[in-house]
Formats: sequence, structure tokens, C-alpha cells
Amino acid sequence: MNNTRHAYAGGRPVYIIDGNRTPFLKASGKPGPFRASDLAVGAGKALLARQPFAPEALDEVILGCIIPGPDEINIARLVALRLGCGKQVPAWTVQRNCGSGMQAIDSAATDIAFGRADLVLAGGTEAMSHAPVLLPPRSVELLSAWRQARSATERLRLLGRVRPSHFRLVFSLLQGLTDPTVNLSMGQTAEILAQRFAISREEMDVFAVESHRRLAQAQDEGRLAEIEPLYTNDGTVYDHDDGVRRDSSMERLTKLKPAFDRIYGMVTAGNSAQVSDGAALLLLASADAVRQYRLPVLGRIVDCAWAGVAPKQMGLGPVHAMAPILLRQGLQSTDIDYWEINEAFAAQVLACRAAWRSAGYARTELGLEQPFAAIDPERLNVDGGAVALGHPVGSSGARIVLHLLQVLKRTGMRRGMAALCIGGGQGGAMLLEQSEEAGHEQ
Amino acid sequence: MSSDITSYRHWRSGQDPAGIVHLTLDRAESSTNSLSREVLDELDHLLTDLKGATPRAVVIRSGKRNGFIAGADINEFTAIKSAEDALQLIRRGQEVLARIETLGVPTVALIHGFCLGGGLELALACRYRIASDDPGTRLGFPEVKLGIHPGFGGTLRSIRLVGPLAALEMMLTGRTLSAGQAKKLCLVDYTVPERHLDNALRALLAKPPAARILSLKERLAGLPVARPIVANFLKRSVAKKADPRHYPAPYALIDLWRSFGSDETANYKAEAQSVARLITGSSSRNLVRVFQLQERLKAQGKTDVGRTRAIHVVGGGVMGGDIAIWCALQGLQVTIQDLDRTRLGQVVKRGQLLFSRILKERRAVETAMDRLVPDPEGRGVGRADVVIEAIFENADAKRELYRQLEPRMRPDAILASNTSSIPLEELAGALSRPERLVGLHFFNPVDKMQLVEVVAMAASSAEALARAAALVLAIKRLPLPVRSSPGFLVNRILMPYLLEAVTLVEEGVPPATIDRAATDFGMPMGPVRLADAVGLDICLSVARVFARHYKTEVSARLEQLVAAGHLGRKSGKGFYEYGKHHESRSAAGDLPPAEICDRIMLRLLNEAVACWREQVVADADLLDGGVIFGSGFAPFRGGPLQHIRDAGAEALYTRLRELEQRHGTRFTPDPGWQELFQEAQTQPPPAPPL
Repeated sequence: MNNTRHAYAGGRPVYIIDGNRTPFLKASGKPGPFRASDLAVGAGKALLARQPFAPEALDEVILGCIIPGPDEINIARLVALRLGCGKQVPAWTVQRNCGSGMQAIDSAATDIAFGRADLVLAGGTEAMSHAPVLLPPRSVELLSAWRQARSATERLRLLGRVRPSHFRLVFSLLQGLTDPTVNLSMGQTAEILAQRFAISREEMDVFAVESHRRLAQAQDEGRLAEIEPLYTNDGTVYDHDDGVRRDSSMERLTKLKPAFDRIYGMVTAGNSAQVSDGAALLLLASADAVRQYRLPVLGRIVDCAWAGVAPKQMGLGPVHAMAPILLRQGLQSTDIDYWEINEAFAAQVLACRAAWRSAGYARTELGLEQPFAAIDPERLNVDGGAVALGHPVGSSGARIVLHLLQVLKRTGMRRGMAALCIGGGQGGAMLLEQSEEAGHEQ
Repeated sequence: MSSDITSYRHWRSGQDPAGIVHLTLDRAESSTNSLSREVLDELDHLLTDLKGATPRAVVIRSGKRNGFIAGADINEFTAIKSAEDALQLIRRGQEVLARIETLGVPTVALIHGFCLGGGLELALACRYRIASDDPGTRLGFPEVKLGIHPGFGGTLRSIRLVGPLAALEMMLTGRTLSAGQAKKLCLVDYTVPERHLDNALRALLAKPPAARILSLKERLAGLPVARPIVANFLKRSVAKKADPRHYPAPYALIDLWRSFGSDETANYKAEAQSVARLITGSSSRNLVRVFQLQERLKAQGKTDVGRTRAIHVVGGGVMGGDIAIWCALQGLQVTIQDLDRTRLGQVVKRGQLLFSRILKERRAVETAMDRLVPDPEGRGVGRADVVIEAIFENADAKRELYRQLEPRMRPDAILASNTSSIPLEELAGALSRPERLVGLHFFNPVDKMQLVEVVAMAASSAEALARAAALVLAIKRLPLPVRSSPGFLVNRILMPYLLEAVTLVEEGVPPATIDRAATDFGMPMGPVRLADAVGLDICLSVARVFARHYKTEVSARLEQLVAAGHLGRKSGKGFYEYGKHHESRSAAGDLPPAEICDRIMLRLLNEAVACWREQVVADADLLDGGVIFGSGFAPFRGGPLQHIRDAGAEALYTRLRELEQRHGTRFTPDPGWQELFQEAQTQPPPAPPL
């Protein structure tokens, strides 16, 4: 276990100089207006167009994406080329489930810290509404036999073997949201946490209503300048996160039926993250690049940690990723000015808050004598979260980092912690700092 | 013919181990291959040298990246002084190409890129043709656009190969074919990726393709009994596009085909005579002139300033949006700024439509779309090499915008205004560095109108102007440097012509009759219809601006129509009514009296003389080129000043004086006519001076 050494120890400082995201668009059951690459290009071209350097000046492009389309394999390279970065800029795609977007930023930061790069475009994109629908293996087998069949009688015989089950389609999105090792849907892991920390349905719904309220307020007060609109080829403009429900209320949420544990369950569509399409991209730079291009600095990436937890309780991942960062940075929970913990489920964020301040949890699960000071709900996800604006899995990690930097800038505060839980039993966390003295630290 | 040439300037010759002789054309001192007299002479020597030797095959190919052969050397056209000269030149070409045909060994043309005009004729003289399937491969006969038709045996060989209907269609329209289309027509035998051209060559020689039999339709159309009927049909369809009085070439081609008999030698001779007649006629001479004027305009943009990569356009209306779209299509990184996001959405939509129409292929369309970046907050200003302002015509708003833009622009970026009516000098005051301000006046619609006026005020720096002109050329438009004066060149010349047409309407002449007079002269669209298309409100506001500077009138009729909300085509009614049933192009009216034509055209010509005298543009050729490419002025007349020379300056001047007596001072000849006479006395101008 190497939790005592900070992620970029011995490396150069890493700056985030700018970032941009698309509006997050709620999936409506059919493929949305943009593919994953279109989303990333939409976010990226607006971002690059406002830089003083040409896209070719980038050292690499790293994107998180979990379900690229069949024609978007290594989507980062496709996006880099479409953004005009040119053939010589390498690009790679990372996959750590819901942590993919943050993983891309961590990978970029590592490359900058250790001198392999000076200027990197990193982030995540996901078009969940475009998740492919597949044929089951036995149908593929039959198709392959059909292609090899030499005679009409052979083909007739194959036709006779067709059964209804051959047409049972595999929805990759549903498969992706199920943990194969424990055979639980992500929603069910949230139910487990709710039970463990005695979180009521009412608490979850209150949390969800608040998430929508905060997002609506942020929209009204113009706090989401991190969004550049997207435009479809027929001229339609998408300029805001359209999952927000301004009419969200306890009354409406209480009526919803549980979505995963159909009887006795508490996790509903209303208190879970929405299925959405969206991309978020950041530009990371070394001090050299900041100086060379006179770049403004949004913030500095101080540290990053990844942790493994039981797949059944994957929602607690953030606790295990955030804890070592505070410990090795010598910080108290109260030193963190703002928090972003991705809202995969209301129950899951509430569970993280409960575990964070629980003496028992600190002792048994984190091996700490003292628990952390409670996270102030007024400092957590201040402008709403994935329950209201959606969770395009590959991009959320990049979105919370980008938004946290915006919050720090707006409030003039110093430290922020972004964290998320990761399907399969992991957590990721990133410590950010607003740095005034851009480019002068060594 | 002796074969004493041992080294060749334009050709390389070599035999490969398989015994195939490769003749590679790589024209000296030129980036593009064309068939000059020298190129043909050398080829003749090479072929003569081959007599006696029996190579397995002879291959003709190009050493240029950009293509095979782009056609005849058009600059040699202007050296032709007489029909005899022309005939000799053409017969010489026919003779050399016939030598290829009668070589007695298999001959193959390996084609990539442009294979046009004489180049295609040369390829057709080979027994086989293999073309690269690259999108850059284009085959065709654009001769008709220069007022001629193929003359090196191309009419006969193409008709023989693909049939009269297909071949004539190609030659009459001048349209070019992709490799795939050419293969479908059997104009080429094989299309393969360029990397496989040599493999295909070996395969073809090992197993030559069977001769193709023409379709029944083509064979029937070629029968002597059917030919007059087909010819009449073709002439009727050509007449919809080109007036036989102005554009004789397509009609001559149809007649030539109809006259073809069984005697091949006579046919070739007839072809040569037909081209010789056309090439010395005024239509072709002026169309060649138009081609050269186009080259002259292009040269205005050939400056050694840095390449423009990124532009920022402010204003997402029709002009701003279309400029942005066009620049993205031509490969620039474009940010387009407008506060109104729905307008940006419309720009994206129009971009998608244009790119799909032009580029077709999905990935190419996507790439162009990716270069077009809507930018509601104008954050692309800081990266742009050129910032183009295309907001509404209000000097205060523009000045305010410039104040905001300048501090955010790169120090080396230039600022270009698309204004058509506000003097740049009035705007320059808002800038701390006015030398970086120029005008880039695009015409609507941007994707159709080739000309862009590059407007210089006294303060504009030479570098800024050079970069603006280079940008125009880079986006495949024609830059015309003009001096900053109201209306610049094109609008200024068009305005009196439009206003005279309105006066005629006021006098009771039906609009269709006036328009007919103009189109009979050779204008692409009559002045009344043009006014309706531009919008009468815009015409009126321009007329008001002009009235302050020039002795033009503001028409009462125009004011009435605008006041009544009749703004032209956009409102459904102007001088004409537009609707489901009214769109009829003409109520043809009686043949217009020459009077109408003189009144509208002489006002245009008089204004052209004024612009020439005032040196709105540097010289007469730039003026003619600008007016042709900016307004569509009858190309076969070679431009307004060329027309004055052809028609006789004295006669036109006299006519102006008559009109002045009858209609007043708006016909008073410009003092520039006197200078024209003087110039004519010192240097007689029969041939287009270039």
C-alpha cells in the first residue's frame, strides 16, 4: 500500500488553465442528437478556439469514455484529429468506469508532472443514449454459420435452428450498469448503503429536491459559464443542462416507485443520477507552458488518489480515496473549502457523508483513531449534481473537477476536493487548489 | 521532321525492364502541365524516334503531382492573329495526336488529377486509359467556356468512344467527371487507387479489355437519319442556357457533329476549321480574356505574406454567416460571433447544407463542420489572423465594436469590414492602429459570387492589404483591390443602371421589357429583377447614400414601393409579384427598342468610365475583371471598357450626348471619355491588351 506518497511527489506543478463542457442532455430512450465524439468535439473546439496556441501545440489528448460508438474506437484520437490537432499529436482513451474522466486528468497530470508533456487536453465524453444494442453470442454463432454455409439446404437447416432467444438483444447500457462479479445493479449497491447507514427514503428525496433546486439557481444566476452551447445540423441550439426539474418536489418524488429493488426498495429514478449525454474537457499545463503562452491559471492539481472497496459497496469509494489525500497532505477536513462528490445516487452521497464522520467507520474501515469532521452540506455540490444534471459516466469525473475550480474562483476560496464512486468497487479523488501565483511555483 | 533533339525540356522518356516506354510530361517552369506548342513539338520528336523501335507498349503519364494535363496553353491563344494561324496550330496538334493513334503498339494514358481539354484529347488518342480513383481526378472538356470546342480530334474520338449523346453532353456543358463517372461512361478503361496505376498497367497489357459496344440509344442517335433531329433537340436545350448570338461555340459543335461523314480526314479538317473560326471570333477572344482577367485577379492575392489559418467573424446574419461558412469550407479555422444563439444555430444549419451539397462525403462534411465554431461570446478574437466584421450598417455600432475588439486582437492580426456603404475612414478613428483596418466586401450569395473587393483607405498599411488579398485568394475567391470610395467599384457601376431601369418603369415601360433588353445585351439578370432580388429597401438606402456623393437620383417610385412594404422578392412583391403562380419568368413583351438597352447600359458604361478615370481600381483590366466577376456583366463582351473599345468609344459617346439632350444631365458623359479617346489615338486597342 502506497497511500502515504502523494500522487505527483517529486514532479513539476500541474496547472489547469481552462476548461469547457457541453450541456448535459438527458437521454430520452432513443439515440440523442450527438455521438460521443460529437460531444467531445463540440466542447473541445470552443475550448481550443479561445486559446492563444494552435491545437497542434498540444503534447497529447487523453479522454475517458466507457461506451464509445462502434466507429469511435480510441475515441480520443478521433476527437484529436477532428479538433485539428494534426497527425503528430498522440491521443489515447482511458477507461475506469465512472472514474474515466478523472483518470484522464490524472494521467495528463502525471505526464506533465514528470516532464513527458507540457500541454495536454484531457477529459471525458459519453453518449449514453447511443450505447449499442448487441446480438447475443449464440446469434452471432448462427450468423457466422450462415456466412460459411455452402448450399441452400444447409442454409435451410440453419434457418430451422432459429429460436426466439436469438433475438434477445443485449442492451450494453444495462449490462454496463451491472456489476458482473456480484451480479448487482448499481442501484442495488446504493440500496445496500442506505440500509447500512440507515438512510431513509425521505432523506434521499430531500437530497434530490435540493440538487434540482441548486442547479436551477445556478442556471438562473449564471454560474455555469463552463458550458458552451451545442448546435445540431438542423440549427437547434442546446445551451443548458436539460435534466433539471424546476418543479421537483417531495410530493412528486414520493410518488415514484423503486427502480432497482422493486419491492421494499428506496432508490428511485428520482433520487438517482440521470442517464445523460455530455462531455467535459480541461486543458492542463506545466509552468513552462503557462509562461510560454502567458496562460491564465484556473487552478493547480495538488494530489490524486484511487482506492478499491467492496464491489457491493462501491458507493463508499470516495471516502477511501479522499482520506489518504488529507492524511498525507496534512490537512483537516475543515481545510477543504468546497467539495464535489458525484451524485451517482442520493443514498450513496449521504452514505459517504455518514461514513466520513463515523468513528466506527474510521476505526474499522480506514484504520483511523478519529473520524473526519463532517462535510458541511452547504459546501458540498453547491450548484447541484448528477441527480439534477445527469451522469454521463465517462465525463462526470472531468465535470466535477471543472466545476469545483469554477466554484473556487467564484468564491475566492482556496481548496477543493472532487471525488466520485466507481462501479466495480473503486473511488477516485482529486485535491485542487486555486493558485494565484500562476506559473511561478517550482 | 528531323530528330536532332536529344534532350527534352518538358518530357522524360525511359524504357522499363518489361519493354514499356514511359513518356512523362513534366513541363518546365510551370507547376501545371499544359499542351504548349513546344510540348507538342517535343512529343512529336519522341514519337518519331520510336518509329522503328518496337516497344511492348508506350505509356503517357505526368510528372506533376497535381494532375495529368490541364489543357492547351491558353496564353498561346492570344498570340493567334488570324484564322490561318489558328488552323495551322490546330492541325499541328491533330497531327501529333494522330501519331500516337497510329503508333502500332498499345498506348496507355495513366491519369491522375486534372485531365482536361487538350489533355483529355491526348488521353483519348491512346488506345487505353487508366485513371486514379482519387477525388482529385477530374476529366472533361471545358473548352466551351472559352468559346471553342475540342480541336485536336477530341470531338471525333470522344464521340467514337462513348457515343454522341454522352460525348456531346460533356463538350456542350463543359462539366468535368470524376474517375468513377468516367469509368461508367467507358471514357476510361480502369479506375484504381493511384498506388496501383502501374499494377493496373501491367495487368491491362497482359489482358487487354474487350472493345466496348455502344448502347443502342447511342448507336441510334448517331445514325445519319437521326442526327438532324438529335441536333435540333440539343440546340433547343442549349438555347435555354446560352444565346447563339453571344455564344456560338456549342452550336458550332452540334453542327460539326451533324456534318461528320464517313471520310475521317475530312472530319478532322472540319473540326479544325470550326475551332479556327471560333477562336478568332470576338466571343472566344473575350472569353479567353475573361480567363486571363481571372488569372490577373488571382495574382493580386499572390503575395508572400503569412498564411491565414484562423479567422473570426463578427455578425451571424446572412453575410457574416455565409462568409464564415465559406471560409470553413476552404479549410480555415473559423469562429463566428453573434449574441443571438439561434442565429448561430442557423449558421450551423446553412453550413451543413452547403458542405453536404459541395463535399457530399460524410467525413469531409464533418471535418468542415468541425472547423466552423459558433462563438457567442467572441472568445476566438484572440487567436484570429483576420477578424471580419459583418454586423448591421451602423457606424456607431461598428466603432463601438472595434473599440472592444482591438485590445483583444493579436498585435499582428488585421481587421476587415464587410461594409458596403460606410466609408472606412469614418470607422478607422475608433482604432488606435488604423493601419490594420481594410475592407473586405463580399457579394451575396458568397458561395456563388467569386469577387471580393479589397478596400484600401489611405491609412491602410500595404501589409494589411496584401494579407487581405491573400486571404481572399486562399478561400478561392478573386481579390479586387479598390480604393475606398462610396460603392467601391461594383455597386457603384450597377447603381445608375438599376436607377435608370426604375425610371423606365416610372415612364410606363413594363419591367419584363426592360429586363429582356438587359439579358439580350448579355447580362445574367435584368436590372428590375436584380433590384427585387437585392431588396428594394436596400436599393433605396444605397441610392440615398449615392445621391450624396454622385449625381444619381433617388427614385420616387422606389420610395413609394418601400413605403408600401413592397421590398422585392423577400416580401413577395416589388416591381414583380412573387407567388405560386406569378413566378413566371417573363411576360416576354415586345422586342425592346434599342433605346431601352442604350439607356440602361450607357449609364453603366458611363459610370465605368468615371471609375476608370478616378482610378477606383488600378487599371482598365482590373476594372473589367471586377465588373464581370462581381456583377456577371456579359462575359463574352470582355468587360465594360473592352465593350467600349469593341463598340467604338466615339459612337457610344455620341449616343450619350443625344440621351443627355433628351433626358438631362444624368447622361452627361464623364470627362474620362476624353481620356479614352486620347488613349485610343496613342495606342490602338484591337486585341485585348494584357
